[in-house]
Amino acid sequence: MTVAEAQDLYSSQFDRLQALRQTEPAWLRELRVSAFDQFRREGFPTIRDEEFRFTPVAGIANRAFEPTFDGARSEPVAADLRAQVLVPGLQASEVLFANGRYSPELSSLRTLPKGVRVESLAHVLATEPELIEPYLHRFIKFEMQGFTPLNTAFAVDGAVIILPDNAVVAEPLHLVFLSQGAAPFATHPRVLVVAGRQSQATIVETYAGVGEYFTNAVTEFIAAEGSHIDHYRVQRESLSASHISSMHVHLDRAATFSSHAIILGGGLARNDVNAVLDGEGINCTLNGLYLVDGKRLVDTHTTIDHAKPHCESHELYKGILDQQGRGVFNGKIFVRQDAQKTDAKQTNKVLLLSDEATINTKPQLEIFADDVKCTHGATIGQLSAEQMFYLRARGIGKAEAQAILIHAFASDIVERIQVEPLRDQLEQVLLSRLPLEA
Amino acid sequence: MLEIKNLHARVEDKPILRGVDLTVNAGEVHAIMGPNGSGKSTLAGVLAGRDSYEVTQGEIRYNGADLLELAPEERAREGLFLAFQYPVEIPGVNNGYFLKAALNAVRKERGEPELDAMEFMKLVKEKLKLLGMDPAFLNRSVNQGFSGGEKKRNEIFQMAVLQPKLAVLDETDSGLDIDALRIVAEGVNALRHPERAIVVVTHYQRLLNYIVPDFVHVLSDGRIVKSGGKELALELEDKGYGWIDQAAEPAGAKA
Repeated sequence: MTVAEAQDLYSSQFDRLQALRQTEPAWLRELRVSAFDQFRREGFPTIRDEEFRFTPVAGIANRAFEPTFDGARSEPVAADLRAQVLVPGLQASEVLFANGRYSPELSSLRTLPKGVRVESLAHVLATEPELIEPYLHRFIKFEMQGFTPLNTAFAVDGAVIILPDNAVVAEPLHLVFLSQGAAPFATHPRVLVVAGRQSQATIVETYAGVGEYFTNAVTEFIAAEGSHIDHYRVQRESLSASHISSMHVHLDRAATFSSHAIILGGGLARNDVNAVLDGEGINCTLNGLYLVDGKRLVDTHTTIDHAKPHCESHELYKGILDQQGRGVFNGKIFVRQDAQKTDAKQTNKVLLLSDEATINTKPQLEIFADDVKCTHGATIGQLSAEQMFYLRARGIGKAEAQAILIHAFASDIVERIQVEPLRDQLEQVLLSRLPLEA
Repeated sequence: MLEIKNLHARVEDKPILRGVDLTVNAGEVHAIMGPNGSGKSTLAGVLAGRDSYEVTQGEIRYNGADLLELAPEERAREGLFLAFQYPVEIPGVNNGYFLKAALNAVRKERGEPELDAMEFMKLVKEKLKLLGMDPAFLNRSVNQGFSGGEKKRNEIFQMAVLQPKLAVLDETDSGLDIDALRIVAEGVNALRHPERAIVVVTHYQRLLNYIVPDFVHVLSDGRIVKSGGKELALELEDKGYGWIDQAAEPAGAKA
């Protein structure tokens, strides 16, 4: 199938979606139509587009994926898939989505503080779309070419989390997206988190699946003054799946936001994280760990937009690349003219375990203010021969020594996970994945 | 226990060891002294299996086996221990975890059962005491952020836990103040045993006041040019290495 044919297919799918969802309010229909027009105009990116120079998405662009918006794919996801991703010992509300659709029977909500809403997007769209009208898509500043508009056009389910002012949700909210089907299909999960003033929550997103499929996820955070959000994204998609995600974070004065992305899966994985620091005194942390083996490609693009003074951002991404794995990291930081006293730090560290693995890493700082502190650094290295020798000289075998050192490199990120059962689980998952070539 | 015959080794294209002969028996403590660049650390590194050194001639027998055929971890499991001159920092690897992995690898080789966490802690606490170390140190990353003295003490602590048959101490005294030197020396002396041999590589005689050797060898320009008893160390301290270099000149000309 050519790209043009695939685009036509999306057009006919969009027509069908519009026909099926005639009861949607006008604002939403307009939002979808305008997003789809944008998608038609921009098309899927190619390697001629700067933001996708090292990341060919032809495997997505010229394929016919079965849609899931009509609810026709109701195959149950296997219990063992679910068992794999649920976190032992974690006291959390679990909101589970099977092939893009909310599954009430597989979900379990714990008692939530008064006024806190945790709903499926489908339910909100059907019953009270006005709840999200002021927020949905309104705060997105940097879209991912082709993919973010495609999600906006086709998103029919996902999660809506609304925290009223001063609400503190002590137990994490775990959003689980599972994919499993016979024929290649596409889902466009949409997560919208609106955090009121001084509210606080921990949100975990897990993506996992079996077989061949395409996940095109969009997550939005709109965090009001003084709110505190800890976010974790665990990407354990099938190795033959394509996972594209864009996250859009809008932070108001004195908000604290941290996100940790643990990227273990996907044959092709592209992860965009965009944060706009639109108030003073914001603290934003974006960390991540990505494992790339086989012929997989994992691309992370982050943008931190310092719009106001006295904000801090910290960013640490670490990649482990083996075999013919390809990694891409691009970290943009904007410091606007008004954003004096910005303190921004960005680091990308990469461990190359094979001669055939490649990494393209690029910091991109655009600074328009004159009284700021911005640092960036990228290091690319192999396992240290000195460290290997030290371990072996104490009787530890070569393979075990390698595993210990790779694990130590990764644990730097995993140890920053504040949710202990999740951290323990990911430690175990990493131990089973490392060293990659085993 | 250890028999080195006509050992030649080089780093890249530069010959460093040029015919070392040395025999070490169980129960003995040997000191190898020599000026900078004489090949002391190369000898220690070759014994432990550091792969940046290439052995071009000669052989090393260790308890009857061909040592050079063994990988570094196999040597360690056979009871050879190198106390590093520059212990390596390994961020993210917990000291206790590292030592337990090492000890169990060695025990497995000896046909002993692996120690569980409780047994390990009991053993380790006793050895920590010997070196005057805080148990909290087990939770730190290997050598990361350690002072020079702490790193050296950590080496001797590891040795005390692993109970090697042949310990090679590579300039363990360098960078230690006198108190740390005493503690380290006591740790080493506690390991002296009729079935264990210790090779102390050092630039200075000072350490040998505390670890009294049975034999002293002087390494110069890649060869052992003089061997004697503990009094040789004092003589070196007195006269300096220049004296040996001059004495070694004719031997070099002969070869």
